[in-house]
Amino acid sequence: MSKSGFDVIVVGAGHNGLVTACYLARSGLKVLVLERSDKVGGAAVSRQIYQDITYSNCSYVCSLLRPEIMRTLELPKYGLQIIPYEGGATMMRNGDHYAAYRNPDAKRREMARHSKRDAEAYHRYSNDVMRQCKFIKPLLMRTPPDPTSFKPRDLMELLYLGKRFHAMGEQRMYDTIRFFTMSAADYLDEYFESDVIKGHLSGSSIIGTALGPRSPGTAYVLLHHYMGEVDNNVGSWGFARGGMGAITQALAMSLKASGGDIRVDAPVAKIRVLAGKTTGVTLESGEQINAPIVVSNLDVKRTFLKTIDANDLPTEFVERVRNFRIRGSSGKLNIALDGVPSFPSIPKDSPVMRGDLHYSESLNEVERAYDDWKEGRWSTIPYIDMIMPSLIDPTMAPEGKHFLSVFVQYCPYKLAEGEWNDERRTRFGNTVIDAIARYSPDFKQKILHAEIRTPWDIEREVGLTEGNIFQGELTMDQLMFNRPVPGYAQYRTPIRNVYMCGSSTHPGGGVMGAPGANAAREILRDLGRSH
Amino acid sequence: MTTAKSYHSIIIGGGHNGLVCAATVGRAGKSVLVLEAGSELGGAARNREFAPGYNVSAGAHLLHALPSELARDLDLPGHGLKFAGQSLPTQALSTVGKPLRLGDRQVDGSELSAADIAAYTRFSTAMSRYAATLLPIFQSVPPRLVIETWAQKFEFMKLAWQLRRLGRRDMRELLRIIGMNMYDLLDETFASDRLKGALALDAVLGAEWGPRAPGTVLTYLYRLAGMAGGKGLGVAQPLGGMGAVVAAIAASAKQAGAVLRTSARVKRILVENDRACGVELESGETIRAENIISNADPRTTFLSLLGAAHLDTGFVRKVHHLRASGRAGKLHLALKGLPNFTSIDAVALGDRLLVAPSMDYLERAFNPSKYHEYPSEPALEISIATVRDPSLAPAGQHVLSAVVQFLPYDAGADRDRNRAACLEAILVVLEQHAPGIRNLVASAELLTPFDIEQEFGMTGGHWHHAAMGFDQFFFTRPVPGAAQYRTPVDGLYLCGAGCHPGGGVMGIAGRNAARRVLEGAR
Repeated sequence: MSKSGFDVIVVGAGHNGLVTACYLARSGLKVLVLERSDKVGGAAVSRQIYQDITYSNCSYVCSLLRPEIMRTLELPKYGLQIIPYEGGATMMRNGDHYAAYRNPDAKRREMARHSKRDAEAYHRYSNDVMRQCKFIKPLLMRTPPDPTSFKPRDLMELLYLGKRFHAMGEQRMYDTIRFFTMSAADYLDEYFESDVIKGHLSGSSIIGTALGPRSPGTAYVLLHHYMGEVDNNVGSWGFARGGMGAITQALAMSLKASGGDIRVDAPVAKIRVLAGKTTGVTLESGEQINAPIVVSNLDVKRTFLKTIDANDLPTEFVERVRNFRIRGSSGKLNIALDGVPSFPSIPKDSPVMRGDLHYSESLNEVERAYDDWKEGRWSTIPYIDMIMPSLIDPTMAPEGKHFLSVFVQYCPYKLAEGEWNDERRTRFGNTVIDAIARYSPDFKQKILHAEIRTPWDIEREVGLTEGNIFQGELTMDQLMFNRPVPGYAQYRTPIRNVYMCGSSTHPGGGVMGAPGANAAREILRDLGRSH
Repeated sequence: MTTAKSYHSIIIGGGHNGLVCAATVGRAGKSVLVLEAGSELGGAARNREFAPGYNVSAGAHLLHALPSELARDLDLPGHGLKFAGQSLPTQALSTVGKPLRLGDRQVDGSELSAADIAAYTRFSTAMSRYAATLLPIFQSVPPRLVIETWAQKFEFMKLAWQLRRLGRRDMRELLRIIGMNMYDLLDETFASDRLKGALALDAVLGAEWGPRAPGTVLTYLYRLAGMAGGKGLGVAQPLGGMGAVVAAIAASAKQAGAVLRTSARVKRILVENDRACGVELESGETIRAENIISNADPRTTFLSLLGAAHLDTGFVRKVHHLRASGRAGKLHLALKGLPNFTSIDAVALGDRLLVAPSMDYLERAFNPSKYHEYPSEPALEISIATVRDPSLAPAGQHVLSAVVQFLPYDAGADRDRNRAACLEAILVVLEQHAPGIRNLVASAELLTPFDIEQEFGMTGGHWHHAAMGFDQFFFTRPVPGAAQYRTPVDGLYLCGAGCHPGGGVMGIAGRNAARRVLEGAR
């Protein structure tokens, strides 16, 4: 134990930082988590910005949180409750809609209404996707092997992967290779013919990425979003009661119960390094806190380009970190509403109002939204994923009032027309509000307050580089042993006793907690402690 | 009517891969018959007289991928293959200043920074090294993903060893970049837009995606590997056009005893007792053989010639899903004189000329193709073959051919009008680089992927018979279950560009298929 009394400092109280801290504290280490803002949670926070309405102001839904983490850290005991929700719907310009019901029979009937063939194909589709999920899921909580290493541990892990892969059988292996490398558009085309169904399903393949549904590799992103489970229902999504902040609040309580400490309003300026080894951190206030181990929950760019002196790092490593792609591609509108706006294309009292709503009725509409991003402008007609949590969780807003979370894809971090400013932010917000208003005549009248958040705002507020929600693109060259940097995919860094635990590491972003748990395991392994 | 003679092998289609296959089977002492539907051999690699006296290589117009040992084995020089130019440099054209001149390891251009010039040498050296590592993989028969016997384990250990041999650093880098897109890789390496544009065009030439699509580094490495990692002929212009290459391969096949028949369109593949046993021609003639090798694209082979009835539904579905829509068009201009490109002198006009001023330009040329529209400003790879080889046109006249990216297969019902509009757009682009070129045009032809399909019989008009991408590569090319040149039907083989390794005038697919057939015969 160092003079400060702490064995480990975790920089950043995002969900992954808290998960790492919880595991370490549970093994008996003295852990301190430092958070720059006034609240724990990082991008998974609930805030009251307008009157008594609770906003999940970045991350807004959850499915990816690993159940084993929830169990081990006893999160339900600390108040976490995940409520499953209806699958959602895509509204159509002709006044019709496509609804993705949770109930399989209802879902089938609704699909058949749009295409009988697609209804038939859906069973095959969901089986095939779930098979891929089952293959990948156990890998989430494992440390990726280094394919260039001859260490027994890496070789054994490669062998394990090979065996698991081989156990699928020859045809399934080919299917898997294709699945991991295809575009979502091509993949969906293999099953479905209806534009609106494909448009609806394609959303999951692009949320948070700087790719369009026609870009190769997006079928995997689809999977990344399907990987979650709520109540053992694979691929379904849920809400945390009380907003996403409830997850991080429960984590914080779990941590405190294990003897861990958290300090908010404690921005870390530097991770100090002496002779290739860390000695602790220096806060922006100048205060120094010593600890033999420092774990960074910040994204890889922030960690190594801003918080550690470049002179302490190998130049090639710094170069690789610079080239790590972490691009802002999404924005968010948090809207307080005076009542539920009407959406005429969705039948009255339909359960899908409690799911996520969209209006991109074909793959091409989503792809065109991406073309705008490539040109450095927000999408003229963006893809949106909007949801009204207050319909499911009445604790989030006073009676009669509602909260609408609108996730917007695409919105660039760098605009071709210049830097982000208030005027441009407002125009961006209006683009989104106008787009929604086309499907809801009374939408604008019901708006009490709208918080508009561009990638630039998200970076400034949460600290995520370019406001990228996954702390780095989920492309082939940035997954598994390549994430975040080839040779440093096992949560360790070029500096002894500095570790990474954020979404920049395997298996990537989403409120999943797996990177945090994996990092903790590696740290404990280095300390010779059991997990 | 049945021809009495039965062959060891019948090859459907006399494209370059079919002919290489015929020559290889013939050299093993087996009787082989090539059946070509057209009146001339060569498939898309033949010459085309698109206007009286004006000849052009109908498909690919420059040779870069023919392995030198294959040329040697088939004694192509002995059969008349000569070159009008080898190791042609690439000129990345500019409308305002001097072009960039891209060589194997050096780039020149007044607009380039010293850093870019140095980076080019580093980049091209490293990429060639990776390509050389991949070359044996590109040239091999893909193993099946079954690792049970020791022989199968050995296959995979060999593959792993290929990578390991690179050394740790290079292996890491290759494993990182191979899944990347060309856009980001070039962006992290260079500053010059034109340089990035030119290199990105190499990655997407003939491909279905723009430079931002992951997988385009793979297609770039594929191109480099075809160039033998920089140790081959480089970009070469065959004397007499691509037709001369085909003629040399055909002569080699003939010498090996192969019988070559043109105007012999195969109507269907005959199957007896679940085994391919012969073919029926459109004329009604049937010819029998122990092995049927199809140089036709996979979809034509399985769905038209064989028929889905002989295949299980899962396999048929995979064939249906094969992505084989071409996005490369071909422009042919008969010119009354040598055009004057403002940025380069007359000698350099015989080089490989590119119109791809930036990666964003390419991406913008690509975007409309996603929605079945032609680009307003297409990217071009231009060859004026007559500069080095005047025999291709009447005296003093010239032929310009250009590969045009990205033209979708299906661009609306009014094909003639849309094609004319697209041709006009290309001429506008050309006019910016070579003012007055319009007035030299005696005749013009634009082959869109649809036209290429009609002309050469390849489904979707895709030069490579199937798009190149990770999901249609190696184990899974063209489709799982037919990736080793064998098909689910005994006695039926594939030997075309739809097989591993893919398109380009390379001949590897033809040679590998022949080897497979001969193995089967053992």
